[in-house]
Amino acid sequence: MSWALPKEVEEKVDSLVGRYPQPRSAVVMVLHALQEHFGCISPEAIEWTARKLGLRPINVLELVTFYPMFRREPFGRFHLRICRTLSCALAGSHQLHRHICERLGLNPEKPGPQTSADGLFTVEFVECLASCGTAPVIMCNETQHEQMTIEQVDKLLDECRCKCRTERQGGLAAEHGFEP
Amino acid sequence: MPSERHLILKNIRKPGYSTDIECYLRHGGYQALRKALALQPVAQPDGTAIGPKEQIRREVEISGLRGRGGAGFSCGMKWSLVDRKSGKPIYLVCNADESEPGTFKDRQIIHRDPHQLIEGMIIACYANDVHLAFIYIRGEFIEGARILERALEEARAAGFLGRNILGTGYDLDIYIHRGAGAYICGEETGLIESLEGKRPYPRIKPPYFPAVLGLYQCPTIVNNVETLCAVKHIVDMGGAEYARLGTPDNTGTRLVCISGHVKRPGCYEIEVGKVTFRDLIFDEAFGGGLHDARQLKAIIPGGVSAKVFRAGEKVRVTKRAADGKMFETEMDVLDLPYDFTSVSAAGSMSGSGAIIVLDDSADMVEVLANISEFFAHESCGQCTPCREGSLWMAKILRRLAKGNGQPADLALLLSVADQIPGGRTICAFGEACSWPVQSLLVKFGDEFRAKVQATADKRPDRAFAEVQ
Amino acid sequence: MKQSQQSNDPLASPPGMISVTVDGRTVLVPRTMPDWQGRQVPTTMLQACELAGVTVPHYCYHPKLPVAGNCRMCLVEYGVPALGPDRKPVRQPDGSLVIKKSPRPAIACATPVSPGMEIYTSTPTVKLMRQSVLEFLLINHPLDCPICDQAGECKLQEYSVEYGRASSRFAETKVHKNKQIDLGPRIMLDQERCILCSRCIRFTRDVVGDDALGIINRGSYSAIAAYPGTTFDNNYTLNTADICPVGALTSKDFRFQMRVWFLKETMSLCASCGTGCNIVIGSRENCIYRFTPRQNDAVNSCWMCDYGRLNYRWIERTDRLTRPGGSKLTSPDWEDAINGIAAALKKAVPGHIAIVASARLTNEELYLVRRLAQFLGAPTDCVPRSGPADNLLLCADRNPNTKGAQLLGIAASPPGVNLPVFARLIRNGTIRSLLVFGEDVTRHGITADDLARLDFLAASDIHTNGTTAVSHYFLPGCAHVEKRGSFTNVHGRIQRFEKAVDPPGLARPELHWLRELVCRVTGQSMGGTVESVFEAMRAEVPAFRNIAWADLGDHGVATHG
Repeated sequence: MSWALPKEVEEKVDSLVGRYPQPRSAVVMVLHALQEHFGCISPEAIEWTARKLGLRPINVLELVTFYPMFRREPFGRFHLRICRTLSCALAGSHQLHRHICERLGLNPEKPGPQTSADGLFTVEFVECLASCGTAPVIMCNETQHEQMTIEQVDKLLDECRCKCRTERQGGLAAEHGFEP
Repeated sequence: MPSERHLILKNIRKPGYSTDIECYLRHGGYQALRKALALQPVAQPDGTAIGPKEQIRREVEISGLRGRGGAGFSCGMKWSLVDRKSGKPIYLVCNADESEPGTFKDRQIIHRDPHQLIEGMIIACYANDVHLAFIYIRGEFIEGARILERALEEARAAGFLGRNILGTGYDLDIYIHRGAGAYICGEETGLIESLEGKRPYPRIKPPYFPAVLGLYQCPTIVNNVETLCAVKHIVDMGGAEYARLGTPDNTGTRLVCISGHVKRPGCYEIEVGKVTFRDLIFDEAFGGGLHDARQLKAIIPGGVSAKVFRAGEKVRVTKRAADGKMFETEMDVLDLPYDFTSVSAAGSMSGSGAIIVLDDSADMVEVLANISEFFAHESCGQCTPCREGSLWMAKILRRLAKGNGQPADLALLLSVADQIPGGRTICAFGEACSWPVQSLLVKFGDEFRAKVQATADKRPDRAFAEVQ
Repeated sequence: MKQSQQSNDPLASPPGMISVTVDGRTVLVPRTMPDWQGRQVPTTMLQACELAGVTVPHYCYHPKLPVAGNCRMCLVEYGVPALGPDRKPVRQPDGSLVIKKSPRPAIACATPVSPGMEIYTSTPTVKLMRQSVLEFLLINHPLDCPICDQAGECKLQEYSVEYGRASSRFAETKVHKNKQIDLGPRIMLDQERCILCSRCIRFTRDVVGDDALGIINRGSYSAIAAYPGTTFDNNYTLNTADICPVGALTSKDFRFQMRVWFLKETMSLCASCGTGCNIVIGSRENCIYRFTPRQNDAVNSCWMCDYGRLNYRWIERTDRLTRPGGSKLTSPDWEDAINGIAAALKKAVPGHIAIVASARLTNEELYLVRRLAQFLGAPTDCVPRSGPADNLLLCADRNPNTKGAQLLGIAASPPGVNLPVFARLIRNGTIRSLLVFGEDVTRHGITADDLARLDFLAASDIHTNGTTAVSHYFLPGCAHVEKRGSFTNVHGRIQRFEKAVDPPGLARPELHWLRELVCRVTGQSMGGTVESVFEAMRAEVPAFRNIAWADLGDHGVATHG
């Protein structure tokens, strides 16, 4: 399938580029927009961004590989970001991470994001999410869940599964940004 | 009785307060901006006049406001360094990259009172002749970015932003720029590089001082979210009045983030220097004390990069007596007032205002391994000592934490940590990644020694452990 | 007394100068010095140290690249004059300045000097910082020196001698990256050897204008890369292997060919175009292994193009002419050949003889051709060569000495315009004798049939060619790497080069036999060395007046052309 960008995404990109005195400044914002639409940053997206902004693809790849928020492979339907850093760790985030990995059949020792076999969940142990006062925190897609416990994590996972079933049963397209 | 002193959190703490502009306006929003824009030139005895913009800058200078991002550099001084004669545009960037572990104060403002930030930012831009400004917000604040986008649209629609603001002829645009997960973007020159669409490698200084050669090689001001909010209050109440809050070198109010082993973690606003660590950790108005039957072990006073304090540690600070004379005194760290000067005099820093409290359940080897892994992950990799040293330290510490250490590791660790900070790296990340190692190893040396000794006793035959 | 104190006062330097003290030695340095692009900017500590005779070790700094400041090897300690409350310098009772030492070190490559500054480059702290940087660079390095092409000219090895540890303190698992990455047609990358100094990135982006390389990933996992699926392929890629301070970027041409410490280095020039890039020839046992650029700010800075750099393999081709020959030569030796040619030339009639001489010959050789031509009354010309130029070094004129040939009156204007005239005059019988030095005229409009009409044809070249094949006499010439001499580049700069290897067989430098021919034909005598021919040339040719061979030095001088 050839790579195509819907008109509305390109329009959004154009408006982003217009904000800056120099188009290159828009790279990260454009990549966010493309990842939001496609679910990940493909080589085509990198090359398209470079052309759009008058850059070389390496200029874009340099950023895609620098920033952990950009992913080059699609993630699961639900992206769970568990904060790894000190305050959350003191509040048990490592136990939560281990628990989630075990429930989803993933290896808690493996670095980097991992996706469950059913493709439903991607689990990522991330650095400080700047919500240390409500530790431990987990982001599920774009929503933050605070002061999480093992029970609440179980509930969250169940809700995600349930929502996903509903989506499928209802024949709904898996809309991005759909929140449990 | 120690208590909070609300300036920035004033509205946020009111029940029913929301992020929309009507709510903000109902609570007196954008009055400080109107006041700033209505300022008239003030004639001087010598016949000259001080323009409105300079008046605002003077008020900020008089206020004694120190940057709330971490370094505590005088905001008035920062503005005064801006090259206003270059003929190039001046840019202002709001640093909303809040990334120092333990810090979550800017999140409160962005999520609950975005217009306060925007108002402060417009005033700061006006005072510095800025016509294009950016809010660099960390990538993970997805909701925060959305809230700010909407608030900016509201402000534009209400005539506070855009062309000819409130009929004054002043034009200003503010845009949101999202990061994508990098602590280094909180460093102001790294942030500028990132905003230029390059890898966020901090710049060498000299020559790239942002006030002269910042964004697009133009004079640039980078201010923290909280700092810009304070500007609004300074214009509102006057610099001198603001300076009456807090203590002489540490004026105003400050947001303090308390996390870790306390009953009431959270973000509190204090008069700077009027509240001690003891108040912040134990008082019911703040942290509310430790969990039952737990003892205080350590305090990280200004984000994880700050040097740690040990419970019971005696610190020496210089104080001013009633007669104005300075004298040195020793006190328990818990009695140290929470401000830039005192914490720095005691050998650490109040940094971004993030206090992480550790009780006796904390395994300090694990704590340090956690911190070092953070820094190893966040090192941008531009310059040698930090790129190689941060990961080396993290690897040693993870090995130690897993019980594969040996006594010689501690001296090695310290020697590595000693070779990263002190101007050896391009930016302060070198200090940030090595200070925790240096201070924890020294102050909790017994715990580290016990850990490696236990390993050595268990497996005396094993010289080195292979660790991933 | 007071006056002498004043004159020693570091704060009272002559205009445009700054007094700084490097490791106790006070030197006057210019207030500004050229930056990488030659613009005058405030003098840096590193430049001041260099002027004071102190080399500050460094990896990322390169005088011809924008400053990066990332390796931290050039950290030094320093102090500046202390200021009193009146903002005036504080002085000792003897009038000398009180120096306040900075608590933090500074990178010498990017920090400007200021009046009275003291720079300390050899304190225990500075040495420890260098040791640490080196240790940091080596902990994840593969330490594969025995099989590394950079060995012998590697900055890691070099500084290890001074600042290295005998044993490693690193007991962890190293970070592994990719090796043997085919970056482009001429460059290989080993990411594990790379120290991320970014010289290659800055060179190709800022000097060449081809922003082809970047750093991917972050922290200790950072690595140099080109975009997957693209190749690093501009005409200057091999310079990145030169400036790579370690063995990360290597030349595919030179990889695994020769240990660099066995190479004999000869100062030479690139002969592939009229720019005249200064080079060093690396050879061993009469075999050339590589050309590398030699710094000459008036010509090529520190660079050369890949085309010129790799244009040397033909020297070893098997079809080299190795001895005199030709249909009229009785025995294949020089004496017979020179005698035969001289005899024929003596009989040649002015107006019926022409000379084609290559613009690849040296100034001195072309001067001898000029003497011959003047004596014989022969018109002359060169064969022009051109190709696409770029905006960096490669010029459209692919002969190294067209300008010299013009200044010496050998080349017509424009060069080559006489060649069809010669062809016509051969065909109508006017030209009866032709001398061709270093060219194959059959590829430039004078056919083999034309040549067959001549009473006399003598030619020289390096390889067998269409002209030598039909000559009555042919002489084996030398590649420029096999002889000494000078070229005049397109901008009129005359530069000399030295011999790197011996010519094959009986081949001799053109200068030698041209001089013999000139002497025999004209009956005049002249010295046989390059220097003596040069002396004669500068006495006679206005463009070279007042330029002595010794004046050429390593970087040449401008002619009056």
